[in-house]
Amino acid sequence: MNNKLENIKKLNISKPLLLDCKQTVKDFPLAYETYGELNKSKDNAILIFHALTGDQFVSGVNPITKKEGWWVTAVGPGKAIDTSKYFVICANVIGGCMGSWGPKEIDKKTNEYYGLNFPVITIRDMVKAQETLLDHLGVQKLLCATGGSMGGMQALQFCATFPNRTFSAVPIACSTSHSAQNIALNELARQAIMADPVWDKGKYLKKNVQPKNGLAVARMVGHISYLSEKGMQEKFGRKLQEKADYEFSFDADFQVESYLRHQGYAFVERFDANSVLYITRAMDYFDLSRQFKGGLTDAFKNQKTKFLVISFSSDWLYTTKENKDTVIALNAAGADVSFAEIKTDKGHDSFLVNEPEFLKTLKGFIDSMHTKFKNEKRI
Amino acid sequence: MKKEFKVIADLLPNNVRVLDVGCGDGSLMDLIIKEKNIEARGLELIEENVKKCIYKGLSVIEGNAETELHQFPTQSFDFVVLSQTLQAFYNPEKVLKDLLRIGKSVIISIPNFGYWKVRGSLLLFGKMPVTKTLPNTWYNTPNLHMCTIKDLFHFCLEKNIKIDKAIGVNENSTSEIKKNNLEIKNLFSKLGIFLLS
Repeated sequence: MNNKLENIKKLNISKPLLLDCKQTVKDFPLAYETYGELNKSKDNAILIFHALTGDQFVSGVNPITKKEGWWVTAVGPGKAIDTSKYFVICANVIGGCMGSWGPKEIDKKTNEYYGLNFPVITIRDMVKAQETLLDHLGVQKLLCATGGSMGGMQALQFCATFPNRTFSAVPIACSTSHSAQNIALNELARQAIMADPVWDKGKYLKKNVQPKNGLAVARMVGHISYLSEKGMQEKFGRKLQEKADYEFSFDADFQVESYLRHQGYAFVERFDANSVLYITRAMDYFDLSRQFKGGLTDAFKNQKTKFLVISFSSDWLYTTKENKDTVIALNAAGADVSFAEIKTDKGHDSFLVNEPEFLKTLKGFIDSMHTKFKNEKRI
Repeated sequence: MKKEFKVIADLLPNNVRVLDVGCGDGSLMDLIIKEKNIEARGLELIEENVKKCIYKGLSVIEGNAETELHQFPTQSFDFVVLSQTLQAFYNPEKVLKDLLRIGKSVIISIPNFGYWKVRGSLLLFGKMPVTKTLPNTWYNTPNLHMCTIKDLFHFCLEKNIKIDKAIGVNENSTSEIKKNNLEIKNLFSKLGIFLLS
């Protein structure tokens, strides 16, 4: 997998970056992809932030996995985020494993894989690294910064840290700080990985292996949390997997078991276990009100950005209430904010699947913001 | 364009901050942004309407005014507008208090239950009135607390809410409501529009 990663777009970030853990880093790679063209007036750039297990390949075919990009439902020619009209940018987060600086890269100082020697990074660190990419691409002000789940947290962080770099923002199915339940689920994923003997305190790469069993269980935990109870019942119910009766064994008798196993083991082919540890940690540490000591209102004060917060009614990972709390904080800071809850049974996953009402809302907002942004630039 | 919105727009000065509670599809917000360069925000319960606003580029929050006004900070808007919804709340008094907390001024419009046709319908036919401004029947009306212009007028006096202006609206005419013409305006106005503070 490493060899193939040499052919993807990478920016070497030479500017020193002070991480939240107080380490300063420079000369590290940030892998990214772009879709569409930046127009002459430079008013059509959209930065998409990916979620926990995403990467920079938003649309089209992922050249590494040969599968569809993770947000093809929303991004592409003629889609809600129309790449024949907009210039779409997405970078692999630092800590990730699709070419950006992460625990499976080689530490130049020791000439070994970073593993657990990689610094613990935060959502703010991720966002700061990506801001440098905008400079490189010649984008002074984005039309929109958006993302779902951890991508939404990055969008919020981006606006709080760089209040003048985007005209609008759409944080989707996220919150301004990770809840106890979400930290607990992440801890379950981490414990699954660390309990796999192959993990060997993160040094497995040296032996060219992956803690597949632990990583697969970690992914299964995630997949349960991305669906709603109703959605899961409707999709699988008690249906058996290609068999007429119970086998009185511990094989995957039920379809839902088979689904989880498939998702779990497909994931280990494309993801690095240490990256899961680092990225889930970054999510857990995310707390905008802690970062801005005066609380959330301070995080969003002096905002000119126009926000649209979107939640999904059946999302129990980042509930409508949590999303509304973001709206309340933005309101209290006097920011320009809209909010819509999409009624759906598809759970947290709703932003990734074909959910027409969501996609229409996203498109309607971005297109109307483009008109406004163009007018503002003209003046 | 609705006559009512024209009257509300005329009450608003240029370049102020307005919260439109129950903003519907955003028609009023659209109007006052274009005509008065107003910074408008909306709160709307119905999902379809919320989306219509978003497509137009209007700022709207999906939510219920009955339970979610607390999210708006005290005195954070110059004006709060509530168009023909006061009577639909479980607790109109509490909502009105909240509106007066959020806005420096509040503009409220109500369908007038004291309008002669409404009175006539009840008097002559002995049935709950169904008119243009009150199109629903008794069993499906969202209006829980119908009131007349006179009721709201007296309510404001009782609660020490200052009436800066009150306007009676008929088909195409509008006229100011004063203490001395209250009875007649209460009989001949379809709608009442109150500017409170």
